Amino acid sequence: MNAAIEAEGLTKTFGSDVRALNGVSFSVEKGTVLGLLGPNGAGKTTTVRVLTTTLVPDDGWARVNGLDVVKDANKVRASIGLAGQYAAVDENLTGRENLRMVGQLFQLSRKDANRVADELLEHFDLTEAAQRPAKTYSGGMRRRLDIAAALVVRPPVLFLDEPTTGLDPNSRNSVWQIVEDLVASGTTVLLTTQYLEEADRLADNIVVVDRGAVIAEGTPAKLKSTLGETVLDLGFPDPASANSASKLFVGSWPAPPVIDGSMLELPIDSGPSQVMTALRVLDDAGMAPSSMTLREPSLDDVFLSLTGRRTELEEAQS
Amino acid sequence: MTTSVLPQAATPMKRSKLRRSVSDSLVVTERNLVAYLRIPDQLFFSSVQPIMFVLLFRFVFGGAIATPGMSYVNFLMAGIFVQTVLFGSVSTSVGLAEDLQKGLIERFRSLPMARSAVLFGRTIADSVRNVFVMILITLVGFAVGFRIGTSFGLYLVAFALLILFAFSFSWIFAYIGLSASNSETAQLMAFPILFPLTFASTAFVPASSMPPWLRWFAEHQPVSITVNATRALMQGGPGANTAHWVILTLIWSAIFMAIFIPLAVWRYRRVG
Repeated sequence: MNAAIEAEGLTKTFGSDVRALNGVSFSVEKGTVLGLLGPNGAGKTTTVRVLTTTLVPDDGWARVNGLDVVKDANKVRASIGLAGQYAAVDENLTGRENLRMVGQLFQLSRKDANRVADELLEHFDLTEAAQRPAKTYSGGMRRRLDIAAALVVRPPVLFLDEPTTGLDPNSRNSVWQIVEDLVASGTTVLLTTQYLEEADRLADNIVVVDRGAVIAEGTPAKLKSTLGETVLDLGFPDPASANSASKLFVGSWPAPPVIDGSMLELPIDSGPSQVMTALRVLDDAGMAPSSMTLREPSLDDVFLSLTGRRTELEEAQS
Repeated sequence: MTTSVLPQAATPMKRSKLRRSVSDSLVVTERNLVAYLRIPDQLFFSSVQPIMFVLLFRFVFGGAIATPGMSYVNFLMAGIFVQTVLFGSVSTSVGLAEDLQKGLIERFRSLPMARSAVLFGRTIADSVRNVFVMILITLVGFAVGFRIGTSFGLYLVAFALLILFAFSFSWIFAYIGLSASNSETAQLMAFPILFPLTFASTAFVPASSMPPWLRWFAEHQPVSITVNATRALMQGGPGANTAHWVILTLIWSAIFMAIFIPLAVWRYRRVG
């Protein structure tokens, strides 16, 4: 049995008609990272809540570390950590008091809880803020404290619910680094995210959820190849020059270029070096684009290609 | 940014279920008391209201209310004590509703801790707070002419009885706090319960001045019974009937706990 997390046919309806989960199944191998990807309201948090025992599913079952999340809930709780948008830190307590409290509630002695708290604070660069109430912390510090609180017993399985939502790029990077370090030390991680980039960077496997159901799964590479690609947009002064520029690539470029008005779109499938190649080809021909953008496939592109519709957020905006 | 290795995992202690419930409750109690100390203005303003009631009834309404057998200030203070500790239970529901709103309950629910501990931690912390407010109100009472008519020992018995009654009563509010959609609603939901119970009672006026239908309610409802027990313990006098009222208060406390502790814990398990 190598799965750290197994979910089978999870169903959950809130009230009489809000179907949050509609038969979600997946499994996560030990020591790997699963990215649960989807827009707001897709069922990501509901899935995490079922797996972390705070919500009982209407139907289906789930096991974490081989333990049933309903029947063996308390044993599951002893072997998991939870951090993210829903599991908060206490703002009135200091960083140290928060971690000590969680440690004691994991049945550590007060002495052990204090020791672990101090070590975690140091590890997460929070020692200087250790004696300050958490309400004085920045968003990034708070998130680090939150993750530290999920690690007091070094759980073999960690759940991170949108760990970087609302963080600035620097803090986001440090959270990513923390997750990578944990995985390197053998922790199994399930993280939910709205960002394809985040899932791509951290996850070994991605499960895409929408309206309470799994609509795609696979490795990031596999998903990206089927779901969308990076495109280099090159702008030219007029359609004619875009057209002549495209002739430089027809036949020689791995994927056919597309002309959209005065814009030339070149698919990129092997990273930045391919961008340099494109620029070199243009330079050799004495042509210079007037604008240039590298466009990564977004979650929205993924959704568009999987469901034929945009995410709710985009729908609301358009 | 990772300047050191992750800490070695510490070994959780093996504890019986009961030991675990007790220690978890105390950990949460400590957390709630620390929060009270960190926001002293909240403690200050929650003490202002009962002080205002003492002054209002002692000096504004008091002269118009006739109380047989004792001075109005001595009659009044028993009612003020009961009102004060009961109004304190609003913080039980507001505190839990806030924890729920902020996601703290979700974290607690994902921890391998006793399911009752968050609620006991709240109600015990609010009882500790009640002890402080009771001492404060006693001092204010002394300043405006309140005197213990029996003995200091019986005053302490009344004190303990009030803390117990308020503790049992706060479980109703624990249930409300977990059922309210937010802390403001939790606060608003308290008054339709607290106002009839404290004002349609023997706390501030003798029930004999009320119309018959209200009088029946005022004489039999639990807040009046607790007021009568407190008054009897603190002032005594002929016909005080102390044992009768104390036993009835204990019975009501037991009833509240027997119903609302399981109900609140049941709610906690399903909340969210």
